[in-house]
Amino acid sequence: MIDSTVVDLSRLQFAATAMYHFIFVPLTLGLSWILVIMESVYVLTGKQIYKEMTQFWGKLFGINFALGVTTGITMEFQFGTNWAYYSHYVGDIFGAPLAIEGLMAFFLESTMFGLFFFGWKRLPKFGHLAVSALMALGANLSAVLILIANGWMQNPVGSAFNPVTMRMELVDFAALVFNPVAQSKFVHAVSAGYVTGSLFVLAISAWYLLNGKHVEFARRSFRIASIFGVAGALSAIIIGDEAGYEVAQLQPSKLAATEAIWETEAAPAGFNVIAWPNEEKQANDWEIHLPYGGGLMWTRTLTEKVPGIREIRETNKERIASGVQAIIALEEMNKNPNDTVARETFQQHEADMGYGLLVKRHVEDVRQATPEVIAKAAVDSVPKVAPLFWSFRVMVGLGFLMFALFVVAIWLSISNKHRQYPLLLKAFLYSLPAPWIACMCGWFVAEYGRQPWTVFGMLPTHLSASSLSSASLWGSLAGFVGFYTLLLIVEMFLMFKYARLGPTVLQPNNA
Amino acid sequence: MLDYVILKLIWWVLVGVLLIGFAIMDGHDMGVGMLLPVLGKDDTDRRVMINTIAPHWDGNQVWFITAGGAVFAAWPFVYATAFSGFYWAMLLVLFALFFRPVGFEYRSKLSAPKWRASWDWGLFAGSAVPALVFGVAFGNLFLGVPFRLDETMRSFYSGSFWALLNPFAVLFGLVSVSMILLQGATFLSHRTDGDLQARAKKAASLIAIALIVLFSLGGIWVSFIDGYVIESIGDIGSAINPLMKEVGRSPGGWFTNYGKYPILWLMPVLAYVGGFVVLLTIRAGKTILAFIGSSLVCVSVISTAGIALFPFVLPSSEMPKASLTAWDATSSHFTLNVMFYVALIFTPIVVAYTGWAYRIMAGKVTRDFIVKNDEAVY
Repeated sequence: MIDSTVVDLSRLQFAATAMYHFIFVPLTLGLSWILVIMESVYVLTGKQIYKEMTQFWGKLFGINFALGVTTGITMEFQFGTNWAYYSHYVGDIFGAPLAIEGLMAFFLESTMFGLFFFGWKRLPKFGHLAVSALMALGANLSAVLILIANGWMQNPVGSAFNPVTMRMELVDFAALVFNPVAQSKFVHAVSAGYVTGSLFVLAISAWYLLNGKHVEFARRSFRIASIFGVAGALSAIIIGDEAGYEVAQLQPSKLAATEAIWETEAAPAGFNVIAWPNEEKQANDWEIHLPYGGGLMWTRTLTEKVPGIREIRETNKERIASGVQAIIALEEMNKNPNDTVARETFQQHEADMGYGLLVKRHVEDVRQATPEVIAKAAVDSVPKVAPLFWSFRVMVGLGFLMFALFVVAIWLSISNKHRQYPLLLKAFLYSLPAPWIACMCGWFVAEYGRQPWTVFGMLPTHLSASSLSSASLWGSLAGFVGFYTLLLIVEMFLMFKYARLGPTVLQPNNA
Repeated sequence: MLDYVILKLIWWVLVGVLLIGFAIMDGHDMGVGMLLPVLGKDDTDRRVMINTIAPHWDGNQVWFITAGGAVFAAWPFVYATAFSGFYWAMLLVLFALFFRPVGFEYRSKLSAPKWRASWDWGLFAGSAVPALVFGVAFGNLFLGVPFRLDETMRSFYSGSFWALLNPFAVLFGLVSVSMILLQGATFLSHRTDGDLQARAKKAASLIAIALIVLFSLGGIWVSFIDGYVIESIGDIGSAINPLMKEVGRSPGGWFTNYGKYPILWLMPVLAYVGGFVVLLTIRAGKTILAFIGSSLVCVSVISTAGIALFPFVLPSSEMPKASLTAWDATSSHFTLNVMFYVALIFTPIVVAYTGWAYRIMAGKVTRDFIVKNDEAVY
């Protein structure tokens, strides 16, 4: 049987390395477009200060980008090193967007990254602007393809199981690319990136304004950031609502856990604004319940129900029992390919096979799956409520807060009253961590909420890991966390140093 | 859709092309990284060296990322089994690679000598370790890798990290290191001037000779070990899994393809031609020809090894029938077909804008240039 410590440590390692990676990614996504905006103003107006803005924020962009690349390589390695069975089982589908990401997006972004920094004197104005735009485009294309890959894990469309190769295979490429979940995830994630980039520029500019340094430079950066930020925040909120609707349709277990819905309520369902979920009692200790809210958001009707955790587990019991039949039939088929009875049974239960695999966490041989084992597997089939419930609310709360901040920033910028409101400037400065916290919470909801699956409804997480020893996992986990933390300290040191110096770093011998 | 067998062959070639692209493009960056402490006599020298590759290393590294992605997409069995089996070797490469992006980007951001010296060694390790480990891994493919597959196609690796470092495989590692060094030395000869260039030229000649010797030794040693041969296999034109074949071992088995198609001997011959081109042109100052000669070595050394192994990709010493081959470790017919067209469209585009980027940044990097542009360069 698979060592559950190895699975847990593999999850922890993936989560840790992905979270580290996503410290750098959203800033790259947002700041790259802000650079393009600044440089466009420079090219169109010829004002030197906009060139300096592009170059200075570009320096900070580069410091961030280096660690984005460093931590990004890990992500590609890790499916193979730590999730070998996952890679075998779905590589036919999942590998494609990753390979395309390299070929179509990351090559473009990385090649243009070099020219962005070293091509100022060698390229004509428009040529350099085109390089910057292609760099930003490459970064955003990367996000499209990675979210197509992730979107497939959430909503595995366009694929089918092949009993000969014992894996899932691609049958419809267009379905994979145009997966609605991937589309909304992409827009939501890049919008979060635009918010991150904007707040980064806004906070540092606010600091210059507070200290009366580089005032012209800061005022202009502040304005661009506030306008780009408000657009990003608005888009993140609107698409967030769309994503919530999709989750309700496709991943009821994630929705029920995130919203602490234990029992199925008569339609239209209410919405728990705040509650205190109690996993043991399978109920909320208390809740502030908004009638109609849930039904409107998640079904967009007044007549459809939203299934609660208890009901989902009951339904899943049936699917697990049916899936066990599929696995037994598959084993018979592999022993005797001409066994038509087994083939028929398999086809009948194939759609539930993933659910059947859930029992393998508790028994080696699925034939030993007693009703008690099936009941245990059904409990596994919904993730824990409290972590999801709270991280989702932190993300949403921060999202609205940042939207409000950007609105205030626009007003401050237009009325040119920065100096009169130092407290507001301080608020912008100290809000700097907000977009990162929101991003981390968002990914947590997406990924923890998908549990117990790596591929929703198809492949359980505990089967996906590599056959490694827990000693190897402890070693590598310590290595990653130690190495990354060291690099992060170096990065933060340089980032603070260069941000404090401001645009003077562009003059010789100031660094 | 193209025929499945043809697609399987095409993808074997395409993975090879990506590996060769990686060796030529990222190889010259890694070569420069390895030569950094050797040829760079002072900080300015080392900055000259770094700035010859500064605008390009990032794009070049994507050859590696894309090769990894392509193996995932086209050979998921290989990606899963090799990456998890060679766990610590892969992590060693990965951790070494961590030094590169930050090393290039951060090194010259502060002027303290200790800071810069630390990153120089980081860049050295980030270049030398991957070059060595990839060669060692290739060597171990010839020996067979201890893994088995169960009936659900889950792979179990029973070897250890230290067992990978056997003398035979280390010889392959040295071939790989010298091949990458030659890329770096010829590239530096082309893009630098003065004393540094003279040192780079001298290094290129020495490395070319070492490479020819090591490559020959490797070839001789391979003839003394048992190769793997497929004794029977299911219909390779349809979906099959790796357990549907029988595999045996035979002395000289790695020369089967060369015996069947003698024209293939041209590949190892080309490696010698490339090496001699470097030796002949480097002193005459025809540095671009020397770089082409060195790149030819990359093409032919990797192809020589790949052809010897074909159709094996990851032979299993523990359970020979579970060996992964270009016939039974691939993705589905449909995926191979889609990905072939993706590669057909995007690879030329990548090559085109990479070439354009090199043209924009063409010319020698001099000490004078570094001093004058202190704040704008690495």
